Parts: sequence; structure tokens; C-alpha cells
Amino acid sequence: MKSRFFGGIHPPECKSPTEGCIPIPMPEPAMAIIPMEQHIGSPCVPLVRVGDRVCTGQKIGDGSGLCVPVHASVSGTVKAVEPRPAVSGQAVLSVVIENDFQDTKSPECVPHPDFDTLPPQRIIELLREGGLVGMGGAAFPTYQKISSAMGRVDTLIANACECEPYMTADDLLLRTAPRDVLRGMELLRRAAGARCCILAVEDNKRASIAGLRPLLAEHPSVRLAVLPTRYPQGAEKQLIQAVTGRQVPPGALPADVGCVVCNAGTCAAAARAVQFGEPLTQRIVTVAGDGVRTPGNYLVRVGTPFSEVLEEAGGVTDTLWRVLSGGPMMGVAQSSLEVPVVKNTTGILCLTEAQNREVDHPVCIRCGKCVRVCPMKLQPLYLYRCGQADAFDALDRLHLADCIGCGCCAYVCPGRLPLVAQFRASKQRRKEADK
Amino acid sequence: MKELSTASSPHIKSAVSTGRIMADVLIALLPALAVGIWVLGLRALLIALISVAASLLFEGLFQLVVHRPVTLTDGSAAVTGLLLAMTLPASVPCWVAVLGAFFAIVVVKGLFGGLGQNVLNPALAGRAFLLLLFPASVVRYPALGQKLRVFGSAVDAVSTATPLHEMRIPALPDASLWDMFLGRIPGSIGEISALALLLGGAYLLARRVISLRIPAAYLGTVALLTLLFPKAQNAAVWMLYHLLGGGLMLAAFFMATDYTTSPVTPWGQVLYGIGCGVITVLLRSFGLFPEGVTYAVLLMNGLVCLLDRVAAPRRFGGQKGGGA
Repeated sequence: MKSRFFGGIHPPECKSPTEGCIPIPMPEPAMAIIPMEQHIGSPCVPLVRVGDRVCTGQKIGDGSGLCVPVHASVSGTVKAVEPRPAVSGQAVLSVVIENDFQDTKSPECVPHPDFDTLPPQRIIELLREGGLVGMGGAAFPTYQKISSAMGRVDTLIANACECEPYMTADDLLLRTAPRDVLRGMELLRRAAGARCCILAVEDNKRASIAGLRPLLAEHPSVRLAVLPTRYPQGAEKQLIQAVTGRQVPPGALPADVGCVVCNAGTCAAAARAVQFGEPLTQRIVTVAGDGVRTPGNYLVRVGTPFSEVLEEAGGVTDTLWRVLSGGPMMGVAQSSLEVPVVKNTTGILCLTEAQNREVDHPVCIRCGKCVRVCPMKLQPLYLYRCGQADAFDALDRLHLADCIGCGCCAYVCPGRLPLVAQFRASKQRRKEADK
Repeated sequence: MKELSTASSPHIKSAVSTGRIMADVLIALLPALAVGIWVLGLRALLIALISVAASLLFEGLFQLVVHRPVTLTDGSAAVTGLLLAMTLPASVPCWVAVLGAFFAIVVVKGLFGGLGQNVLNPALAGRAFLLLLFPASVVRYPALGQKLRVFGSAVDAVSTATPLHEMRIPALPDASLWDMFLGRIPGSIGEISALALLLGGAYLLARRVISLRIPAAYLGTVALLTLLFPKAQNAAVWMLYHLLGGGLMLAAFFMATDYTTSPVTPWGQVLYGIGCGVITVLLRSFGLFPEGVTYAVLLMNGLVCLLDRVAAPRRFGGQKGGGA
């Protein structure tokens, strides 16, 4: 049973500036911009119009198919329903709410004191109603993940690895609300019909691990798995292999090997949604990097523009070069700071010019480092060459589809090849060529 | 508000660049070069400097002529120049070294596409080219102790047999194993001191520039074959003379490990090292010249694509991986 995953890298963790920062509640935004699409699937359709009054937690968008409703994160009046810049880089239809700063709670938010005994189907309904999505970055609808895992899985894994450098949001969640995480894990485990649940943490979160151990006695079906700190330990397939020894076959899902993986933040949000009726409208966001003056963790409401979050964190420095939504390995660079924080914004990272290592003429020297670090056992240098030539047959033989986009290859490449960019483009062109 | 830079992830990169790797290789070669100068005289330094300078000059000119970006600062031309000099005797005429540099940089590397695209190891291919055209200069090794003329011709230097020459008789060489380890033997500028080369190799391993796979497979195979088929009374001593003699250490740590001309897959590298070892021993035992590493590595260079395909990594979650 091979439990250590192949490859991976260990970049400088850079977590010390924020790992001691207890999340500070961010002031509510004056204008909350709620995008209608904060999940993988079909976008929501707005349920409110300009001029309507909304309350905190009220459902303001829903849709059919693979869809998760979105809720107002503040109370106030709907100012606009129009496309607004979003984290993905494209304009997304959003409901803009002018905050009245009353924070009136919506009567729709109904607590369930009997959450411990709710049947699985009801839990899944409540997960959907609560707007739960994967908060670790992927934003896959949680209700669908659990629903399709029902009866097929024996293990639920709560992912608290947080393997990206700089990010400490999940770490602080474990330290400040461990019971929410554990309760959420139990709920999701029952809903999915799994026998046991495992909370996976990297070994660099010593304080959180120490705080969790005494609580495990209250939750006998929860096991703690402390894993070596290595990127991308938190990647789904690598995590499943490290915790259970099972490898997810190419093209298959975790449920096919009896596992379902949820982010620890999603578990905590699930607990609050089911027990207290609180939909997902706020989350811990790590603000970090040398480009921001006061790095830390903040409890931010969905819809708060990045610019306001960065102001609260002391503002940005003159050496600011790039602002990312997420971590440095897989985060998305932003061209505008008016984009809002959404359900799966794990962090806002401000990198400085000093960290710019890009070159004008990338050259592959065939050093093979990319082959040694690829957690999916691919050969990035050949994928790159074939990708540049649009040689789709060769790309299939080299298993381009297996690439998880972790960025380990591009990180180690001494020639500074834009490997991940090429793979994304190749995957896109491959899809178009299929049509 | 200043415009924000946007590009694809990842947004952080390792500090190790091509330039840093090449600098490490140059540093690793310094002990062997130092012993070469100490034992063979200042002429060795001259040949090394001329070879490096010629390599840089030809690469710069070639890139200008073919309208490619000039990339001398990545250090690869300097490394090729130094490695070429390391394979040549100190008595070689200066213009021969320049010609070798031209062939290595322009023909073997430049015409095949530049850095990362060549099939053959440029320094070794340069040496093979010179061996073909000027065998007299390239396999004449000056005897120890005489002061070679630094500038001007060194053709009147007294030449002598190297330990590998003597082993072809077959007989154990006059030099002791200790002399061979330290470098008090005749030979090419960079190959004489096994100790200095091992130090360089250790530096490269410590700096994670090379992995142990290829050197271990190469040296291990040579050791095993010479131990199994000795031509002297004491098999172990015969094996040690083979390991310490000729250009084997230089080839194992600096030539066979050249990134561009070796496999990228782990098992491919092991097979490559074994192949180099087998061909080296065969050529040393039955070939025309007493040394075999040059052609052994060059022949294996040609098989790299095949090795990578055969040894492609096993796919995550299932069947055997594919090749390009």
C-alpha cells in the first residue's frame, strides 16, 4: 500500500505571518456584490429586482440543473442586477445590494435543533438550501457530491491540509471552531452513508492538531490523520492515496474508490447551515504576501470587494506586482480589485516584484525535474512540446487529461517554461478539436 | 492605481534557474581543473580558457547570424567549452581546441536547435570529431614532469602511455592506485584525478543538480563487468584500476549526466547508465583505442528517446504510462 504520493514539492511555507492571526471580523461592505455563479454548474437566476429589500441570509438567486442558490450576505436594498467583474476574470451577472448596516436576519433561516437525527435526504436538501459549495477552491455543489456518493462510499475525508503556501484560513478555522468542523463531518458522513470519517491535516499545523486531539474523544467515528507537509498534499487524488492508500483510476471519481472528500471549511459551514439555518454568506479569508501591510485572517462576508478587504488589512505597498485569489500555486491573478469575495475565496495574496521570476525566452533544457515532481506521474516536458505542436494523439498517449493543474512542474522548471498555461490551452484546444 | 500583472498560475517559482545550474557545474569542475593545472602545467589552464572563450564567441556569433536571442549568460556554452578542454591533452595545439569548440557549439548544438535540443553531448562529440581528424594530437599525452611550453606549439613534448594504455597489454599499470586516485598520472586535463572528480560529483549531488542514478548505474556496471572478467590476478585491483583510469569518472559525473542528452525518466536513466557501462567496457577491451567512454556515451545518447518511451512512468491509478 503506497501511502506517500509520488512527486510534489516543498516550497517555502510563508505561513508564519498569518498563522497566529485569529480571524478578525471584517466590517460589512457598503455595497455587496453577489455573483449569481459561485459554483461549478449552471448559474443562478436572480430572484430579486432593483429596489427590492433583502435581509441577511435571504435567497436571492436559484436555478435548475446542477445549481446551488446564492444568498444575501447583508441586509439592504437591491441597487443593481447587472454583470460585474468577478474572480474568474469574466463579468458575471451579480446582484448588488446597498447595505443598510442593520444586518436584519431573514426569517427563511430556520434552525434545526434535531440535526443529529435528520434523515440523509433531508440533510442533502438543507445542504443545497444553505448554498454549500466546496470552499477549498473548487466550488463543487456539496449536495450533489454527497448525493452521488450515497451508498457508494465508506470513508469521508475532511481536507484541512491547506497545502498552498501563505494560506492559513483552514488552520485558523480548526483552532477557532473545531467543533463546527467535527459536527459537520458527522453530518456529511451520515448523509453519505459512510462508516468512518478522517480529518486530514498537514503536520505543520501543530497548534491546531494539539487543540483537536482532546475533542476527538467526543466523536468516536472521527480519526485524525496527520500527513507530511508537501504540496499538493491537499489535492483530492493525492489526499485519498495518502490517507487510504487507494489510487483513483484515471477518469474516475473518488466515490469509485469508496471515498468522498470535503474541505474542512465546507464541513463547518454545513454544520452551521443544518443546525442553525445559516446559509453560506461569510468565510475566513487569509490576506497575505509582502504586498499588503498587515497580513492576517479576516472573517469576510461574501460580496465584499477585494479593495475593501485590502484597505482593512493596512492597504497595499508600492511594490505590489500581482494580486491573487487563492494561493500562489493555483490562485487566479486579478486585473481589478473591485471583484468580490465569493464562497470559495480562500485567500487574497499580494505578491511583490521581488518574487517575479519570469523570463523573456523560456527554454527547456530537458533536466527532467518536472517528471520527478509531477504527482500524477506525467512527463510535462513532452506534454509541452506536443502541446505547442497541437499533436492531440501524442497528448492523449501522454495522458494530458490526468493533469490536475497543481503547478509543481512550472515551479521547478529552471527554464521557466509556462507549462501550466500551455496545458490549460492544450486541454481547451483538445476539447474544441473533439467537437 | 498601478496596473496589476496577470498570468497563469503558478505565481511562485523555485530559485533554481538554468544559469544557477550551469554555475554549479562550472564550480564542480574546478577541483579537477586545478589538479590538471598542478600536474600538467599552465598550458592546461590556457587550453581551458581558450576553449571556454571560443565556445562563448561561437555561440554568440551563431545566435546573431540565425537571429535567435543571444543567451550567453545562461552559462551553457561556458560549460561545454570547459568540458571539451577537460577531455583534451594539455599538449594539444590551441587551434585544435578552437576547432573542437566550433564543432561542439555550432554543429552539434546550434544546428540542432540550440540549448535543450541537441541529440549528442556537444563536448564529447567535439572530442570525437577531433579524434577523427587529428588523432595524433588528441591521443598523445605528455609525460609527467616536463614543463610544457605555455604559448606556442607543444608538439615536441615527450609523450607517454597512460595507465589505460598499459592495461590493454593486458597488464597492471606502473602507477599505483593511490596515484590514480590523486591524479599523479598522465592523461587529459580533466580526467586524471578521481578524487577531484568525486569531490565535484559530490558537490553536484549536494546541490541537487544531478541524481545518483546515472553515475551509480554507470560506475556500478563497469565495476561489475571488470570484476567478473578480470585480466589480472587480483580481480578487485583490476576493477579499481578501471574505475579510476581514463575518463570514466569525468564521463560518469559530468558527461552522462548532461540533461539534454540523457533520459528524463528514472528507470530510463538507470538503463542509460548501464548501457554506457557495458559499451565502455566492451570498447576498452576490444576497441581500437584504450578508452571507450567517448563513444559509449555518444552511442547511448542516440538511444535516449527510446529509453524514455520504454521506461515511461506508470500512470497514476492504473495502466502503464505512454510515450511521446
